[in-house]
Amino acid sequence: MAEELKIGCARPTGGPVGETVEVKESEPESLAKEVTAMIKVGKKAPDFTAPAYHKGKFISVKLSDYIGKWVLLCFYPGDFTFV
Amino acid sequence: MSVDSVFVHKMWDENELSKMVKGGVPFPMLSDAGGKVGTVYGIYDEDAGVETRGRFIIDPDGVIQGYEVLTPPVGRNVGETIRQVQAFQLVRNSKGTEATPSGWKPGKITLKPGPDLVGKVWEVWKTEMAFD
Repeated sequence: MAEELKIGCARPTGGPVGETVEVKESEPESLAKEVTAMIKVGKKAPDFTAPAYHKGKFISVKLSDYIGKWVLLCFYPGDFTFV
Repeated sequence: MSVDSVFVHKMWDENELSKMVKGGVPFPMLSDAGGKVGTVYGIYDEDAGVETRGRFIIDPDGVIQGYEVLTPPVGRNVGETIRQVQAFQLVRNSKGTEATPSGWKPGKITLKPGPDLVGKVWEVWKTEMAFD
């Protein structure tokens, strides 16, 4: 499911993928409102890829690879932030 | 998922989390540099440059069934999240014929919405059932 990442000096990065996050370069102001409004219960979760640390390895995770499973996606302010 | 790099995730897991959870964190710890994914999910705090405590329940079709967002100083209730997943799984397995009333948890009664139940919930479900 998840491919292992080749690690160099640059920090691996990911980001949104797929049709739901098309960015119109000319309208940066409206973007935040548009994308925020896309999150609704009963609607598709926006797809993304993200580098990840998992059991000693660095991998690339894609949300849509988890179709068929229940997913809990948890965001938090940062590592070592106490709670 | 946080804005930290995977390298910091590794250090946190090895140096602290593995001392709380045997074997370390069992699931992938995702990195979201710049909060790009968090922005799309509406939980990235641009002023602070961090993600807030957003939690999304996504079903096997990739559909968001529920979410919760907390500001940084208050931690989540994992038991409540698991209860919600159990409730959504029950509803899905029933193909939408059953619904879980307030305070439902495994073992408590579910309701079968339909014409016969209209105005009759009070007969089968009591408010005490909303509490543990």
